Amino acid sequence: MPLLTVNGLQTSFHTRAGVVRAVRDVSFEIERGESLGIVGESGSGKSVTCYSIMGLLPQPPARIEGGQAIFDGVDLLALSRRQLNQVRGRRLAMIFQDPMTSLNPFLRVEDQLTEPLLIHEKISRADARRRALAMLEEVGIPDAAHRIRMYPHEFSGGMRQRVMIAMALITKPDLLIADEPTTALDVTVQAQILELIKKMRGELGMAVLLISHDLGVVCGFCDRVIVLYAGRVMESAATEELFYQTKHPYTRALQKSIPALQVKGQPLHTIAGMPPDLHHAPPGCPFAPRCEYVVESCSRQEMAAVEVLPGHRSACLRVQQENLPL
Amino acid sequence: MKAELTLQPAEAMGAEPSASFWKDAWHRLWKNKLAIFGLAVIAIMSLLCFAEPLLCRYVIGYSYEQQNLALGPAPPSRAHWLGTDALGRDLLARLLYGGRISLMVGLCATAVSLTIGVIYGAIAGFAGDKLDMVMMRTVDILYALPFTIFVILLMVFFGQNLVLLFVAIGAIEWLTMARIVRGQVMSLKHQEFVEAARALGLRHGRILFRHIVPNMLGPIIVYATLTVPEVMLLEAFLSFLGLGVQPPQSSWGVLIKEGAEMMEVYPWLLIYPALLLALTLFCLNFLGDGLRDALDVRGSKD
Repeated sequence: MPLLTVNGLQTSFHTRAGVVRAVRDVSFEIERGESLGIVGESGSGKSVTCYSIMGLLPQPPARIEGGQAIFDGVDLLALSRRQLNQVRGRRLAMIFQDPMTSLNPFLRVEDQLTEPLLIHEKISRADARRRALAMLEEVGIPDAAHRIRMYPHEFSGGMRQRVMIAMALITKPDLLIADEPTTALDVTVQAQILELIKKMRGELGMAVLLISHDLGVVCGFCDRVIVLYAGRVMESAATEELFYQTKHPYTRALQKSIPALQVKGQPLHTIAGMPPDLHHAPPGCPFAPRCEYVVESCSRQEMAAVEVLPGHRSACLRVQQENLPL
Repeated sequence: MKAELTLQPAEAMGAEPSASFWKDAWHRLWKNKLAIFGLAVIAIMSLLCFAEPLLCRYVIGYSYEQQNLALGPAPPSRAHWLGTDALGRDLLARLLYGGRISLMVGLCATAVSLTIGVIYGAIAGFAGDKLDMVMMRTVDILYALPFTIFVILLMVFFGQNLVLLFVAIGAIEWLTMARIVRGQVMSLKHQEFVEAARALGLRHGRILFRHIVPNMLGPIIVYATLTVPEVMLLEAFLSFLGLGVQPPQSSWGVLIKEGAEMMEVYPWLLIYPALLLALTLFCLNFLGDGLRDALDVRGSKD
């Protein structure tokens, strides 16, 4: 049985300007110890997906309108807040985009690190401190014994993200959700942080759900990848297969847009047009208006992602019907 | 390698981690000379005021209610250092006695308003939605109640006593505090570190009082130091209406009022109490300013 099964997740925001359907029928699975990547551009629903699973969306305006998130046999979406608090921070942990703002400026690093231990485990303060110190050393903070007494503002961005990782992993969770953990960091620090997550994953045997808008980051890190667009799953496959046997025009377009893979001296490739306005999502395939392979029937029906190869799903009508070569 | 490079500046700056948050804060406050001056003045003043019975007996030689109708209002002299009032009572003794009441009203009423206001405002702001609606409309309604009538009713039903005065003033002052705190909580509760705390499985109460409230210490303290003088003036106003402190008891507010009535003829009756009140309020403001800086861990400019 997979560690986490997300089934037909639907999340909407009910605003004054109308209903925004941010996540539409997203399904995926994560096995124990596996790392799964979710890629998509801004507004594709990747963060909302995670926040829905973690129960972190403010409701209202958000509303989870359907689906399940079965974590080790329990549907997270159906839990009461108290039950959810038993799971969050203990078996299910999350790290956030901006390490500069996700640590409490008024509490010492030590207090923030020991907090999850103290509330989730029967542990003495002294033991919690010892574990916190060990964890801080583990995530590569030099002179940890000294630094653990400091406040977050005395740390650099990369160091703060290390602290966040230590905080998330101190209870040895089964699943770590990393919401663009490197976006706010320098490029050199980015690689270090990803290496660290990789190392911790190996040591703790946990599964990782990595969210990123950077296809390169995801491919270097994940076993499998899901591509989201306008709140829908476009394609999902094992990482290599996604690259070498692409089955969706959107994924192909994303690959072409990676600057490092393009011919020098040429203007960079971009995808023409804008992502659809989710207030008025167009009927049919959301990518149809920007797709170079579009045919008339594309905008007539909504396509679900179905298996086109073993373990490889695609939501493209033409791939499904005529095995469109990409 | 890189990590060690980032460590250097912090070490060089001598960023010594010390024992506790409060020790840190005290250390920073100590460096703010103006705030320490304010603290010292307030401490000395409180000490003198609370030692008033002793001072009156052994140093001044007159009690605050001892009249000398034959003497009447006399200017400062050897016998009466700050002069006497219309009934020949020693002004210094009356000032010290009045200071005790004024300081007590100021501190107690502020403490009452602080406690109620912070808890009420924090809960309303954090809960949001319907509960917030109900709680804040209640505040609006209380705001609309005429303060004087409220106090008169209290006095009529429970008789006049000082404790009731503290309660009455505190019960009015918390309304503004609640509004300020609610606003702060509403902006803080969507910060990422609050989300991170929720992701760690923390209960609401813990998030609110351990993660959010400490982050509002700055505005809370500043407002509290502004409340103290406000409360002292309110007490003067109530005493003026005959609802507060009753003669022969006094307070700074009462003394200022009495002095103001006769300031053209007997100016010392106004000048001394007014000076004392002004000094206290100044010092409270310095102290409040210093406390705000000292309690902000981010602003530690060594």
